[in-house]
Amino acid sequence: MSQVTQAPLAPPPVALAPTQPVSLNINGQAHTLQIAPWTTLLDALREYLDLTGTKKGCDHGQCGACTVLVDGKRINSCLSLAVMHEDSHIQTIEGLGTEDKLSPLQQAFIDHDAFQCGYCTPGQICSAQGLINEGKAKTEAEVRELMSGNICRCGAYSNILSAVMEVLNNEGLIIEDKAWSAGATKPDMAPVEPPKK
Amino acid sequence: MNSFTFTQATAVAGAVQDKAAHDDSAYIGGGTNLIDLMKENVARPTHLIGLKKLGLDTIENLPDGGLRLGALATNADTAWHPEVEKRYPLLNQAILAGASPQLRNMATDGGNLMQRTRCYYFYDLATPCNKREPGSGCSAIGGYNRVCGILGTSDQCIATHPSDMCVALAALNTTVRVSGPNGERTIKFEDFHRLPGDHPERDNTLEPGELITGLDLPEKGFSKNFSYLKLRDRTSYAFALVSVAAALELEGTLIKDARLALGGVAHKPWRDKEAETMLIGQRATVDTFRRVAAKVLENAKGYGANTFKIELAKRAIVRALKQATEMNQEIDTNAFQNSNP
Ligand SMILES: Cc1cc2nc3c(=O)[nH]c(=O)nc-3n(C[C@H](O)[C@H](O)[C@H](O)COP(=O)(O)OP(=O)(O)OC[C@H]3O[C@@H](n4cnc5c(N)ncnc54)[C@H](O)[C@@H]3O)c2cc1C
Ligand code: SF4
Ligand code: FES
Ligand code: FES
Repeated sequence: MSQVTQAPLAPPPVALAPTQPVSLNINGQAHTLQIAPWTTLLDALREYLDLTGTKKGCDHGQCGACTVLVDGKRINSCLSLAVMHEDSHIQTIEGLGTEDKLSPLQQAFIDHDAFQCGYCTPGQICSAQGLINEGKAKTEAEVRELMSGNICRCGAYSNILSAVMEVLNNEGLIIEDKAWSAGATKPDMAPVEPPKK
Repeated sequence: MNSFTFTQATAVAGAVQDKAAHDDSAYIGGGTNLIDLMKENVARPTHLIGLKKLGLDTIENLPDGGLRLGALATNADTAWHPEVEKRYPLLNQAILAGASPQLRNMATDGGNLMQRTRCYYFYDLATPCNKREPGSGCSAIGGYNRVCGILGTSDQCIATHPSDMCVALAALNTTVRVSGPNGERTIKFEDFHRLPGDHPERDNTLEPGELITGLDLPEKGFSKNFSYLKLRDRTSYAFALVSVAAALELEGTLIKDARLALGGVAHKPWRDKEAETMLIGQRATVDTFRRVAAKVLENAKGYGANTFKIELAKRAIVRALKQATEMNQEIDTNAFQNSNP
């Protein structure tokens, strides 16, 4: 038998950094995922937990489709790593209401026809919930400014605004409108009585 | 994104050691700039050091009357901190003029100083860019440079520093506190960011491995007469083409003290101390403001698509100073008649 000399094997490809266990509390439920550190929170939700309500639009922090609440504060899950969120409480659109009992914002979005294709809607609703939690926006101008992190390609803005205003209204936070933009003076932030209906 | 390892640091010394122990490593605050750049392959660190557990997210009064912003305090928590709203409303306005509510909830004060330019070519790996790839050339000079700088540029780079917050911090005489392999030190805000010169790859004067731990605001906050005026392509959620932080201390219409800094025009927040000196001792009138604006832009250089910024910046300076003045009810508003800068 003739001897076949074999060329040395090519070195194995550089090993990927190992995955690591990451504990996430999502919508009140604890999950431990074995994921690579470069997994964004958005990808962890969609690809590993099947929570596909949170949408990927731009993947660069520019559209707000991926908005979720972390400890009650709205963030863009596409620009955050899942490993950065151990110990925090994450709320997604799936956790805001149930099919039987929608959250006030979810109901208001339906009542006001605040979407067309619906792709931006979970992000809009989570963002609006974050806005309500912050308690800073009261007027239409303030709501517009503080909802500007959510883009709607269908241009449903005016109905989104009226949906958010209705919920704010019911919470009793409305004061009369004032222009509010960089350069203008800050609005009075004191909560006032809701207008009588 | 390339692959990398991640550790969550729990102490400043540990973070600094971890950084020194790994070549090509990076600190990560909110991640809003770094993760974006990693997705574009502009940044390719092989190890990330999380800073969120360092306990540097507090905002505290200082014994000398100032205020210390922890480097890991978020931009949103900073803007809406009661002491900032009350004593440093210029900073509140500048922060709220930037990015979006979601991004401000993630972005940290230290990370805001360190964010990189928004020059299109810096993000585009297919084009030469001295900042990304030293020696490769500058595509913005002679290219599409609408967002680029008009002051303090070099033939190597005409990029701008994109932050709004930093323009207010520059105007307010902030001190940057850092900790590094050689211990702690402080850097005056005006010395923190640098001009591009022959080394546009360096945005600032931090030494390798140094970590920003806090920002100290001096007591004087100009809370009575101030304006942060930001001009951009849409009214929200866009970077500044030109922005102006103006702060005045007035006695009637007499200017006792003044601060003036510009954003969107240079490789660093552009504070002009000569212009401030020109203002002090003068009456707050549009004529004065026009003279000062002309002086600030005296050596400005346009590159074609961004040449409009020279006139825009002049008008923005006049308007911001006027807005700052008019916040004071006592002044003689006749001084502003026929003034539509
Ligand atoms: C869509 C979009 C729009 C935006 N619009 C605006 C705008 O209009 N105005 C504006 O001002 N900004 C804007 N930004 C930028 C935003 O403000 C910055 O991305 C943010 O401030 C960076 O902070 P961070 O904590 O997320 O930084 P990271 O992304 O975590 O870090 C940025 C850099 O800083 C380094 N770093 C972080 N913390 C420290 C530290 N403590 N010490 C030393 N180094 C550190 C990191 O290594 C990295 O190199 C926008 C961003 C996006 C994505
Ligand atoms: S201006 Fe600076 S960042 Fe932009 S292409 Fe030229 S070198 Fe690169
Ligand atoms: S997908 Fe996150 S902001 Fe667009
Ligand atoms: S409803 Fe279609 S993008 Fe907003």
